Amino acid sequence: MNTSKNNTAQADKGGKPSARNNPFCDPTLKSRHVRSKLFKLFTFLSITFAISFLLFFLGDMIIKGLPAFKQTYIEVDVTYNDKTIKSTRRAIDKKYRKVVSRAWLRNIPRLVEQNPALMGTTQPAWVLANSQVDQYLKGHHYKLKDKYRKLIDTMNQDGKVEMRFNKNFFTHGDSKIPENSGFKSAIVGSVLTLIVTMVVAFPLGVMTAVYLEEFADDNRWTQLIEVNINNLAAIPSILFGLLGLAVFINLFGMPRSSPLVGGLTLALMTLPIIIVSSRAALRSVPDSIRQAGYGLGLTRVQVVQDHVLPLAFPGIMTGSIIGLAQAMGETAPLIIIGMIAFIPDTPGSIFEAATVMPAQIFTWAGMPERAYIERTAAGIMVLISILITLNALAIYLRKKFEVKW
Amino acid sequence: MRPFELKKRHSGLKEKVIRFLLVSAAVVSILTTFGVLFSILFEAIEFFQMRSFWYFITGTEWSPGVTDSKFGALPIFSGTFIITIIAMSVALPIGLGSAIFLSEYASPFMRDHLKPLLEILAGIPTVVYGFFAAITVAPAIVHFFGLFGIHASFNSALASGVVMGIMIIPVISSLSDDVIRAVPDSQRKASLALGMTTSETIKSIVIPSALPGIISATLLGLSKALGETMIVVMAAGLRPNLSWNALEDMTTVTVRIVDALVGDHEFNSPDTLSAFALGLILFVVTLVLNVISLSLIRKFKEKYKINTL
Repeated sequence: MNTSKNNTAQADKGGKPSARNNPFCDPTLKSRHVRSKLFKLFTFLSITFAISFLLFFLGDMIIKGLPAFKQTYIEVDVTYNDKTIKSTRRAIDKKYRKVVSRAWLRNIPRLVEQNPALMGTTQPAWVLANSQVDQYLKGHHYKLKDKYRKLIDTMNQDGKVEMRFNKNFFTHGDSKIPENSGFKSAIVGSVLTLIVTMVVAFPLGVMTAVYLEEFADDNRWTQLIEVNINNLAAIPSILFGLLGLAVFINLFGMPRSSPLVGGLTLALMTLPIIIVSSRAALRSVPDSIRQAGYGLGLTRVQVVQDHVLPLAFPGIMTGSIIGLAQAMGETAPLIIIGMIAFIPDTPGSIFEAATVMPAQIFTWAGMPERAYIERTAAGIMVLISILITLNALAIYLRKKFEVKW
Repeated sequence: MRPFELKKRHSGLKEKVIRFLLVSAAVVSILTTFGVLFSILFEAIEFFQMRSFWYFITGTEWSPGVTDSKFGALPIFSGTFIITIIAMSVALPIGLGSAIFLSEYASPFMRDHLKPLLEILAGIPTVVYGFFAAITVAPAIVHFFGLFGIHASFNSALASGVVMGIMIIPVISSLSDDVIRAVPDSQRKASLALGMTTSETIKSIVIPSALPGIISATLLGLSKALGETMIVVMAAGLRPNLSWNALEDMTTVTVRIVDALVGDHEFNSPDTLSAFALGLILFVVTLVLNVISLSLIRKFKEKYKINTL
């Protein structure tokens, strides 16, 4: 270090190899290198920002959503008799009425029906607690009078309060009572909607792709279709909602809020994704396969049907799964066609009113009660895990069946 | 001889049927685009028969739902514009920076692992971004500006703009990355051999070569920002507000469309039909952006003779 410093000092004083006399020495070189490093740092920082945002975001959702998978239950005496079946509030001692969930009390007549021996007795039971109690115990913002807070504290010391896995979240539909609301009707609604979507979009998309790649000549007509597909892929999703409302609901008179309309609307959005990926898959099948087929006297349809399509199938599946995942997360067009209705019961067919997972998340996000926030985040966790699983499946399929020609 | 001929004629028929089915499938894709256009256009025309088109474009008062309702969409356009500007000023530097890092600096190992992570960002549903903007980012912004004694709205344009920008990062980075990697390596090597530093090579050789593709990516991001709905519905305001202050609440075209169509209004009232008028403007603007973007990328492909993009 020292000697080199001395050397440069001497050189500057007027030694032979002076920087000024050297035609190859650029005095700005040092600052240029600094700028080069700074630029690299900038690009590194920008990708770091994007990735760390992703981690922060996922962490934030997990922290907010995890508590929703636990729900508070308390042990209180429940009286079963004629009076309490009529007015279920009375089944519980006055002291506890404000900390017990109204939704649980509604179950009392059913409990007695299932087990008539309960009639006329008073028994301790683990009862779903009110959402305010639940929020208090989880350390969130709560609205609970001091009286009840002390009550819960003493019950907690006596071991009469328990946190259990929140089964209701997966077995119940939406509810106006926060502790009773669940994701099930939204999950079923999503499944019904996506079945409609795939039944329509998959055959249409693959057939269009086959036509464009294998049959169509490269003329104006084909170019028109191509430009169309590219534009279709970039139309804002909300405009598909306007189409669904104006055409499917107002013109064809299909039932509003139904998975049928939702699925058809999403199918039109998924179509370009499937077409583009299927075309790429078909294009990757080498021409020698087709030539060999023709050489053996097969017709075009036979070559495509028996040889090209089976070879392109993994690629087509990968693209379709990615399209499916995108349709699953779409909300805006479904709001327009009314799929944000309050749906407590699980829809039984594609003609009934239904809601889907992202729409349920949207509805819960707008609820004033604090308990819905953790449910929203929990719903987001469920949705994102399904989406990541689907994408992982697509990547796995691609890796497993990918053929290098 | 005869059975052979019979069979041939039969398969000829089958061939025709299948061909017909394939063509009709392709026609559906065209019909969809025109379906979107016409379904919006007809309702919008009906709206403009009731209200003046000129006031819609230049008017500054938007008050639906009252007896003397007015539909001047200028404050809505300005809100959309400001939120889009904020989003693009977040997404463009970060997206382009990420793309340059991935294509020029990252080792193959880093690239293989960082790119899927960015793609996860692209796969997150927008309703989730909206929730994040409303619950986490907006209060943080109010709190941050509160430290300096500046009042910020809980529905500030800044919150939804920033989160929207993050959503668009992968749109810009993924296409830009492909384009930058498509620039021939000989150009880089020539520049480096002339004594340019890496960053100078990137800035004065690689980026200008890839510029059409980068502009195309930017326009695509822009049209995505204009049409984004859930983030602004959840995090931006409902009030049309003609202002430059990004800390105030603002509304966008998409928010007003959702607001006009949710709930039980009479379908043929100007309140509801105004959504289709706004939708028409959105359709036209995004379509123009997409067409420019597509033609730029096609020119880029022709220049470097690439078929894979």
